[in-house]
Amino acid sequence: MSPIDVARAVRWTRLPGPLPIDHGSVDSAQWRAICAQCRAEGGRLAALWGSDERAAGQGFLVHAIVASAQRRFWITLGAGDADPRFPGLGDLFPVASRLERALFDLLGVSSGAPDTRPWLRHEAWGPADFPLRRDFARADPMAPGAPPYPFVAVRGAGVHEIGVGPIHAGIIEPGHFRFSVVGDEILRLEERFGYTHKGAAKRFEAMGLVDGARLAGRLCADSSAAYAGAYAMAVEALSGCTVPPRALWLRALAWERERIANHLGDLGALCQDGGLAFGHTQFGLLKERWLQTHDRLFGHRYLMDAVIPGGVAYDLDAAACRSLDAECASILETTRRLQDIVDDHAGLQERFLETGRIDEARVRALGGLGLAARASGIACDLRVNTPLPPYDRLQTRIAVRPQGDVAARVGVRFDEIYESLRLIREVLAQLPGGPVRVPCDGHGGLFGVGIVEGWRGEVLVAITRSPSAAAHHVHIHDPSWQNWPLLEHAVLGDLVPDFPLINKSFNLAYSGHDL
Amino acid sequence: MTLDLVVRQALQTLFVIAAAPLLTGWIRQCRAWLGNRTGAGILQPVRELRKLFRKEPVVASEASALFVATPYILFAAMVLAGAIVPMVATRMPLAAAADAVALAGLFALTRVFAALAAMDLGTAFASMGARRTMLVGFLAEPALLMVLFTPALISGSTSLIVIVRHLAGHGFVLYPSMAFAAAAYLMVTLAENARLPVDNPETHLELTMIHEALNLEYSGRYLALIEWGAGMKLLVYIGIGVALFLPWGITQSHGLAALPGAFALFAVKLAAAGAGLAVIETLLAKLRLFRVPEFLGTAFLLAVLGLLVRYLLGS
Repeated sequence: MSPIDVARAVRWTRLPGPLPIDHGSVDSAQWRAICAQCRAEGGRLAALWGSDERAAGQGFLVHAIVASAQRRFWITLGAGDADPRFPGLGDLFPVASRLERALFDLLGVSSGAPDTRPWLRHEAWGPADFPLRRDFARADPMAPGAPPYPFVAVRGAGVHEIGVGPIHAGIIEPGHFRFSVVGDEILRLEERFGYTHKGAAKRFEAMGLVDGARLAGRLCADSSAAYAGAYAMAVEALSGCTVPPRALWLRALAWERERIANHLGDLGALCQDGGLAFGHTQFGLLKERWLQTHDRLFGHRYLMDAVIPGGVAYDLDAAACRSLDAECASILETTRRLQDIVDDHAGLQERFLETGRIDEARVRALGGLGLAARASGIACDLRVNTPLPPYDRLQTRIAVRPQGDVAARVGVRFDEIYESLRLIREVLAQLPGGPVRVPCDGHGGLFGVGIVEGWRGEVLVAITRSPSAAAHHVHIHDPSWQNWPLLEHAVLGDLVPDFPLINKSFNLAYSGHDL
Repeated sequence: MTLDLVVRQALQTLFVIAAAPLLTGWIRQCRAWLGNRTGAGILQPVRELRKLFRKEPVVASEASALFVATPYILFAAMVLAGAIVPMVATRMPLAAAADAVALAGLFALTRVFAALAAMDLGTAFASMGARRTMLVGFLAEPALLMVLFTPALISGSTSLIVIVRHLAGHGFVLYPSMAFAAAAYLMVTLAENARLPVDNPETHLELTMIHEALNLEYSGRYLALIEWGAGMKLLVYIGIGVALFLPWGITQSHGLAALPGAFALFAVKLAAAGAGLAVIETLLAKLRLFRVPEFLGTAFLLAVLGLLVRYLLGS
């Protein structure tokens, strides 16, 4: 039987909600076949996680969401009870390797992949403790003297290693980067994360579905609106409630404003890493004013608790709309002038151009997405490819640059700022009337997914509910899972002192990744 | 008369020690103003030094005596350099030691100690900083020597005192060769003092650091001495530049009457140089590390051009 026939044998259920996604329970042959077919069609693995449904007699379940150009499939595989395992996907999707390691650390479900090093588990819990199992009470931290984490070693004349982090010279987020270098040239980079693992998935279990929105919006503060939005979409899909149009448009406003705030901050930080303090100050000023507007009109500088299941928590009157529109006009002019300065600054461009290059083929092979993929010439943007309301009426113009270097990622940020400013003014002009929220209690179906094109890429939230027990499981997937491996490849052949600049040009999430 | 000499010497040395943190603060303040920021004021480095001196220094258990001794050596070497360079007066007891080549050697000595101390602990960043410091140093030193040879050719001596007397004593004469040398000297000064575009003194990114990486393992009073010494080094470099290219106002008289004026004039020159540095640093981005050899190669080339212009054309 060909893979296509195998996939046809699955009984697909279209999940409720605006997002076109089908769910199907599969056996292990179908599991592999569907993924292989998706890979062959140029699709990618969007998320991979597991849940403990032993109380409902289903054992452990492993879930994957695969996405091709137009369609998304959510497949669920029973992994057994006593010695849970499932066929790994690392050979089809490179990103699966880390997801499977994380899955084992949290749930104890093995993919049989050769790389059995822990990913999220450091010394906070032992190798035989699995926090996401429902019967897990608490684990004591491992005794000091845990076995060292074996990094892949590079050998050769003059090769040595530099380990950076998780504690850095500046106040930045914790991650460990192990460089193998000759002199100042990078031969290999290996990342290690998990230092900001907070046990969010476990915490969600003890919260009500609606209350969980507050937590979701706090897991990755720079993407608060996107996280809370994706979470709200998942809850709404689960409970089958329909969000009023005005709330949808106001959500898009929050997402676009969040995108601009982050792009402004990143552009400033990129100038600073290039040594141009002037740019850092100017972009920092623009971002700060932007955040103060958030605080004034949306109730929080980082838009926390602005998006809630069933709608949004804020509303804008005509005066607020006018002031937002005027702010867009002024920031557009200032940003254009700053872009002229950045583009004309020979020293800065010399740092940006050709630095940290990753080409389209490599990004496709690794399954990269979002801003980083667009800067390598891949036209992937949920707002364009699968425009959910209100983006179906906004005709978002995608920002794509083919070069794949730091300069391209800077360029995409500038283009997206202009496009988001246009979208905001469009939203303000077309904002429909009516209520901004409806009650949404989270009762209803068993599977709910929400996806939002956050500023880094697609933020995905999937919620499963046990058919018998009143228990649910929330899985949040940050696009940084896909894009952190891109960084490992982008720095190859570059200089160690250029790494901070390259890293900043991606600016991937630590907190959203580790959860 | 002997007392005169000692007073002059003591005053200049104390001035260098006291003014170094203020110069650092002044440059930072100028950079802040140029970047539309308020800035922390020129006294901020003084506050930082006071904070560091009060803190308990933490030294790795594997550190050797060299590691602990190096901050004192660096500080003492810079005090010595500050004493022998004629900044306000030429008649000083140590002035006879103010040989340009010997000074270059003194700077090289401090660099060797700094690099050895950094490698003493064997940590990745300090070793990386040591490596990069030696890279910059070994390219900057020949350029610095070439710069010094042009005024030496003009005045017929490598003694800074003789150079100052010769250049200042002939009124205002334009030497085209000195213009080349001055441009090269500016580039060397930027590189040797870890300023943009070679190094970013305000970076917090350990992977990009050159000078800062050397000091990552130091804390408390050791770090304070190193920071203070680095400030003095910049001041001394500006002092040498003033002696070579703007020697007017350096008093050559015997009495002490001219001293206040000479100090005031030197302070103005320092402030102007600091402001100029701030402008340069605001306009420039940091170079890629492997562009630094090109940068210093250009400095060397300019210095050689100055020398050739002087030697072949006599101008």
